[in-house]
Amino acid sequence: MLGELCIELGRRYRFAASHRLHSAQLTEDENSRIYGKCNNPYGHGHNYTVEVRFSGAVDPASGMIANLADLDAFVNERVIEPFDHRSLQDEVPAFREVVPTTENLCMEIYERLKSFPRAKLEAVRIEETSNNSFEYAGKA
Amino acid sequence: MVYLTRKVEFAASHLYHNPALSAEENRRVFGKCNNPHGHGHNYTLEVTIAGEPDAVTGMVLDLKELKEILEREIMQRMDHRFLNYEVAELKDQIPTCENVAQVIWNLLEPKIPQRRLHRVRLYESADLFADCYRNNRGGAS
Repeated sequence: MLGELCIELGRRYRFAASHRLHSAQLTEDENSRIYGKCNNPYGHGHNYTVEVRFSGAVDPASGMIANLADLDAFVNERVIEPFDHRSLQDEVPAFREVVPTTENLCMEIYERLKSFPRAKLEAVRIEETSNNSFEYAGKA
Repeated sequence: MVYLTRKVEFAASHLYHNPALSAEENRRVFGKCNNPHGHGHNYTLEVTIAGEPDAVTGMVLDLKELKEILEREIMQRMDHRFLNYEVAELKDQIPTCENVAQVIWNLLEPKIPQRRLHRVRLYESADLFADCYRNNRGGAS
């Protein structure tokens, strides 16, 4: 039995931000041991690439799952504007208590984008560097 | 289950225009993509096949065979073509990434032995792509 044919739209965005990995629940020594260089008190930065995938019906009038201008405006307002050229733990309230690892960043961005009205968010994948990527697809 | 992916690239032109909408609505909905002369992209197509490797050959699908299918079904049809005017399967459709990916799926699915086509991913640019798959797929995305 063949399953239904599904289409997803994928879009990539970029922002640059600094972060410091440090947990208030750990001692200075433990923070240093666990996070290594990423525990540097002055922080450090990355060029993040955020890849989002949305599913939905293709509107026959436009041929699209969602108008890209609408999607870009939504992602810019909810993610790029508040995160780009910021210090994540100092300037994004969600990371005051939560360590800004890219795992947590994926989950935070998923929460910010899941209410997009025109299509269903399937997953958020973030490349922290060209060698590390993380993906979150919502609660299992 | 093992997933095998082959990538091919083609260049094609297209434009977005819905004759049911006014000229002004077309411009509003499609923006620059409504330019009547069209514009082009370097498309990258990733085709993923799922299966167990054959006990004798160790292959999920002979890559040579897959390469020939992609050449015959996709490259000859779409490479260096104007998608709106030269690809019959797209007639009366807006050639968005979503629609082109679905046309590619429909062309490939019956040609891949044992219905092993798992996913079609079509990049229109590095930052925009569409995925096509059946919802009974299991395992890796």
